[in-house]
Amino acid sequence: MLILECPYCGVKAEESELSAGGEAHLTRFGPGSSDDEFHDYLFVRENPKGVHFERWRHANGCGKWFHAARCTMTLEVFGTYSAQTTEPPQEIKDVITAKRPGWSWRNVSDETNTEGQRT
Amino acid sequence: MSDPVSALNGKTYSGSATVTENGLCGMIVLRGTFTDTVFQQAVRDIVGCDVPDIRKLVRSEIGSAAWMSPDELLLLVDYSQTEAKLSALRLALAGTHFMAENVSDARACFTVTGAAGREVLAKIAPVDLSPVVFKSGDFRRTRFAQIAAAFWLDEADTFHIICFRSVAEYMFNLLKTSAHPNAGVGVY
Repeated sequence: MLILECPYCGVKAEESELSAGGEAHLTRFGPGSSDDEFHDYLFVRENPKGVHFERWRHANGCGKWFHAARCTMTLEVFGTYSAQTTEPPQEIKDVITAKRPGWSWRNVSDETNTEGQRT
Repeated sequence: MSDPVSALNGKTYSGSATVTENGLCGMIVLRGTFTDTVFQQAVRDIVGCDVPDIRKLVRSEIGSAAWMSPDELLLLVDYSQTEAKLSALRLALAGTHFMAENVSDARACFTVTGAAGREVLAKIAPVDLSPVVFKSGDFRRTRFAQIAAAFWLDEADTFHIICFRSVAEYMFNLLKTSAHPNAGVGVY
């Protein structure tokens, strides 16, 4: 059973109180984008064994969307954070780095700073 | 006009705890900015209490306010005064970013009384109902088996439950089953 803490109401909600919203931090490509960009936005998703970032909604609770960082292999939850961000916050990245040195996910890894640049 | 009637018209069941459909209750859903002083004053004027803390319900003689989400409150008032209070609320908040609606007839209210109340709820909701964790004045939105619900505990150790009116029958039967005299677990 997956238990995530909702960052808005502070409830340690179990999976049955939540609804999954798929991969986190997607960039939307809509009208005006190329076919390839639109295709990737619609269909191409990460399927990692390890660190993953997802969107969840506290559906049977406060109703808010939030983000969760977890490990798909061990189901370990690294943390949850606000939906009002386009990338994982540094403290979440630090937690993951402490537990999974050398991790990477899309263009985010333990070596990138907040601008997504390699240090 | 026809008389308003609550979902189950006060149906009641006595088992290990007493389950009662509460009858009519005035409910106003209010969305807005909690930190706004105009908003805070409006809540004080309508229900006579401050904006509640996170996952709390505060009461006064004229009403209650419950924390639903970071931008949503549920105001509980006397059923007959709901429309008047709603108009007053809209007047007080005019010009600010808010939403207020009367949802009294869209919901059903239940109470669960008796020593086994905690257990009756704990069996059907994924919530830690230990007396150390869930205390009087605590408010929680969650699910009861397959339906969405909200509940709080008052000073007299009575649980108050709110769900959608369309699932009132389901809720009553669910609580009834959970409160069956032979279904005790004896955890709390």
